[in-house]
Amino acid sequence: MTNSLKWSKLYLFFVFVLLYLPILYLVYFSFNEGGTMNEFTSFTLEHYSNVLQDQRLIQIVIHTLLVALISSTVATIIGTLGAIGIHFVKSSQLKEALLNANNILLVSPDVIIGSSFLLLFTLVGYQLGYMSVILSHIAFSIPIVVLMVLPNLEELNQSMIKAAEDLGANRWQVLSQVILPNITAGIFSGFFMAFTYSLDDFAVTFFVTGNGFTTLSVEIYSRARQGISLEINALSTLLFIASLLLVFGYYYISQYSRQMHKKKKAVTGK
Amino acid sequence: MRKNNSEVSVQKQDTLLMFPYVMWIVLFVLAPIFLLVYQSLLNVDGAFTFENILRYFTSVTYLSMTFQSFLYAGLITLVTLIISYPAAYILTKTEHKELWRMLLILPTWINILLKAYAFIGILSQSGIVNRFLDFIGIGRQQILFTNFSFLLVASYIELPFMMMPIMNAISEIDPSLIQASHDLGANTWATIRKVILPLSMNGVRSGVQAVFIPSLSLFMLTRLIGGNRVITLGTAIEQHFLVTQNWGMGSTIGIILIVLMFIVIKLTSNKKARRGVSND
Repeated sequence: MTNSLKWSKLYLFFVFVLLYLPILYLVYFSFNEGGTMNEFTSFTLEHYSNVLQDQRLIQIVIHTLLVALISSTVATIIGTLGAIGIHFVKSSQLKEALLNANNILLVSPDVIIGSSFLLLFTLVGYQLGYMSVILSHIAFSIPIVVLMVLPNLEELNQSMIKAAEDLGANRWQVLSQVILPNITAGIFSGFFMAFTYSLDDFAVTFFVTGNGFTTLSVEIYSRARQGISLEINALSTLLFIASLLLVFGYYYISQYSRQMHKKKKAVTGK
Repeated sequence: MRKNNSEVSVQKQDTLLMFPYVMWIVLFVLAPIFLLVYQSLLNVDGAFTFENILRYFTSVTYLSMTFQSFLYAGLITLVTLIISYPAAYILTKTEHKELWRMLLILPTWINILLKAYAFIGILSQSGIVNRFLDFIGIGRQQILFTNFSFLLVASYIELPFMMMPIMNAISEIDPSLIQASHDLGANTWATIRKVILPLSMNGVRSGVQAVFIPSLSLFMLTRLIGGNRVITLGTAIEQHFLVTQNWGMGSTIGIILIVLMFIVIKLTSNKKARRGVSND
């Protein structure tokens, strides 16, 4: 028994080493003076200072962040309202149809989303560029937000809404003072997921970006096609740290909202 | 009377709030699908034709490409499944489950392009793998830009997506069932085979879905890692749209990809699980 336990621990260790090795490999060589990912000659921070001095790259990072921020904000608003709408739809057939429509983009492969959006933008004669990228990111983020918000709505106590209505609250007050405060956890995780999806997206952006506008993923792709440049290593190390912070941030938010939830449950005695 | 009135205005307000969402469905969900179908019926000059679909089904190139794409997606799914299942099972038995789950999720947050880029370094002619092969006397091999490297890197990228649903499914199994199996005299292996495996099939199904479908449509990896040897359906679509500008054929392959996707979902989805969703 202890022997098999040892083996299973070893296996697990091996899998996780495999999972992290490529990333650590990148990070390790980002400090390499030698200029290749093969032999480590001596330690340098040169590639990092190159990244920070690369005006074009910094501009692209800012663009990428802006696209993610704008698209996830808009998607969160539209998605949250959509989720509330879906939740209160009375006919179960209509509800099912809406949910199915919602899930189409979630299961569609990126290439399909990218190519069909390209068709759409071309048909209406929309200039490809930052706006088409933002619109596409909003579009593929909305269903994620809906999916994150809906469970919160289902947990919502219906009698609370009834009570608010009986006490004379109008529809807007019910929405802003009863529904929204109770689904903030879902809205936040929806926003967060949308944000990371946008940051991470390559395929859809690649189709709808046109010539003038580039996001980080597309830029890394075109640089990687030209071969190794340790500037990309330095950049990926920075991005790795950023993702670490994001994951921990997300973890913290979800723990926090869980605790708030528990507290609330303790207060209401449910 | 008053109540009726307010109900009407409530409905109006609700539709107003939902308006952007419904617009989104019409513009970005329904219209693109319609456009894809419409475009597949146009030839390069924009004239109406069934040529694309006919050419697809009569061309050895397209059919073998589709078969190859299917084969590789299947292999990637198989490799990830074989590695993931034991790992997921062991993970559910560890003490710091949440921490492990975090560690599993973290690599999925790293841009897929960076992971591909790392492998360009690792697998290259004088990369770490080749230097190791040199060291043990096998000698350097061409690893990058082969079918094998594509399979390897794609499996690496898809691994967490297989492992997570399986891990969730196994940890949802009622521990008393496992206890009961042990009490009835089953050893660990028999318990895994007769209790845990059947009860975690849902996780395996969602894992297969989460890996197989994206593997059919991977297009960046085929170029960066596979050296364009493996052409997946995704690569074919990308090339028709962005390189050869034959949008009609690209859309046709897109529709075939969608149809295949639905078949895969149908084959791997579980009726019980579905009923649970629609009942909500």
